[in-house]
Amino acid sequence: MKELKVQPIKDGTVIDHIAPGNALKVLKILGITETQPDSVISIAINVTGKRGKKDIVKIENRELDTKEVDKIALIAPNATINIIRNTEVVEKRRVEVPDEIVGIVKCANPNCISNMKEPVESKFIVKSKNPLRIKCYYCEREPDDISSQII
Amino acid sequence: MNFEGRDVISIKDFSKEEILYILEVAQKMVPIAEGKEKSDLLSNYIMASLFFEPSTRTRLSFETAMKRLGGMVIGFSQPGTTSIQKGETLADTIRTAESYCDVIVMRHPNEGSARLAAEFASVPIINGGDGAGHHPTQCLLDLFTIKREKGSIEKNRIALVGDLKYGRTVHSLAYALALFGVDMMFVSPPELQMPKEVVEECREMGVDVTISNKLDNLDEIDVLYVTRIQKERFPDPEEYSRVAGSYRIDLKTLENAKEDLIVMHPLPRVDEISSEVDKTKHAAYFRQTFNGVPVRMALIALVLGEVK
Ligand SMILES: [Zn+2]
Repeated sequence: MKELKVQPIKDGTVIDHIAPGNALKVLKILGITETQPDSVISIAINVTGKRGKKDIVKIENRELDTKEVDKIALIAPNATINIIRNTEVVEKRRVEVPDEIVGIVKCANPNCISNMKEPVESKFIVKSKNPLRIKCYYCEREPDDISSQII
Repeated sequence: MNFEGRDVISIKDFSKEEILYILEVAQKMVPIAEGKEKSDLLSNYIMASLFFEPSTRTRLSFETAMKRLGGMVIGFSQPGTTSIQKGETLADTIRTAESYCDVIVMRHPNEGSARLAAEFASVPIINGGDGAGHHPTQCLLDLFTIKREKGSIEKNRIALVGDLKYGRTVHSLAYALALFGVDMMFVSPPELQMPKEVVEECREMGVDVTISNKLDNLDEIDVLYVTRIQKERFPDPEEYSRVAGSYRIDLKTLENAKEDLIVMHPLPRVDEISSEVDKTKHAAYFRQTFNGVPVRMALIALVLGEVK
């Protein structure tokens, strides 16, 4: 089978070391599933890397900020984020599950005060990073499936 | 120990030492709560009592506590007549109320509401129940009752009986009892068992927990804590009657009980405890209700910094 190379990009973000099969989820979390006129997105699934299989996502002309990186950490905790400017990697950071997750995950409890019209963002306390376990700061419930609760 | 300015949201916010200290202060409040001594300890303070859902018992107990200490009370007992009905957020209600008072007691139908209120208020928030969430003052008054009735919390074997799945008071109580190293029996119909997390947590804290769907071995029990099994939990009314009936406490149930076994219930009861038990020395539930007053007096005085 002929190998399909993902071309290097000039400006933008490369998300590397995504656990195989999770690239599309990462895009969904970033909210870029729909075509964006200013951004070319390349996805590579099941690429063989030095540490085994992985997914890679390349987003042209867009630099991810920390808050977006936090979102990815919830489903791709080992991913690395490479910011590319003029074909050079100017910044390389690992995603890390933060101690607190604010404004990213919606509480699954419909009766939770954070789901009412209150002037607060949702807030979760990370109980354990591996395996990832979080609980709502307000109602203390743990979501069964974190990825389905991402805002 | 200084509690000034502290919120009382969940029993888990308190260490064993802090809980014991609150109970110690509560004990000193008893003569005042009984009306035998007068106090003007809180005469310059106003407590806002914000009941976004009705709970007569909790509200009256808090308001009595404040008034016995010479304090004043403002507030509402249901949201019907307030701006909440017009769609005001809890955050705004709290910001308004705190500008009129020194401490806020609240009960609210949403889980986490007290935690949210505490973020917006600079005065202490005391949680009088947040949905299916916490009800720390109930837990403290239960502990206080066990201590008063039995002399200590530790040296008892305690059975929690009834709806252990949805009954919020029993979850906090189980945690608190585990904190004191108390071995427990969880007795409930299979469909209303204590949630796994609570059982695991108790076991991790090093106490011995037995799970059963039958109330037996009563001769080994020192405290029987009974909760209501609600009709709504059963789709079939006959099934409800059968299940509820098998956990009903009457004179016959208590035949083999220890002389000094006490029966507790957070009240209101429906028919979990037969009224014939009321006259026996086992019945502690009315004293338990009274105990809500000195415990709440202690908490209000502590968070206002008038008792240190
Ligand atoms: Zn929640």
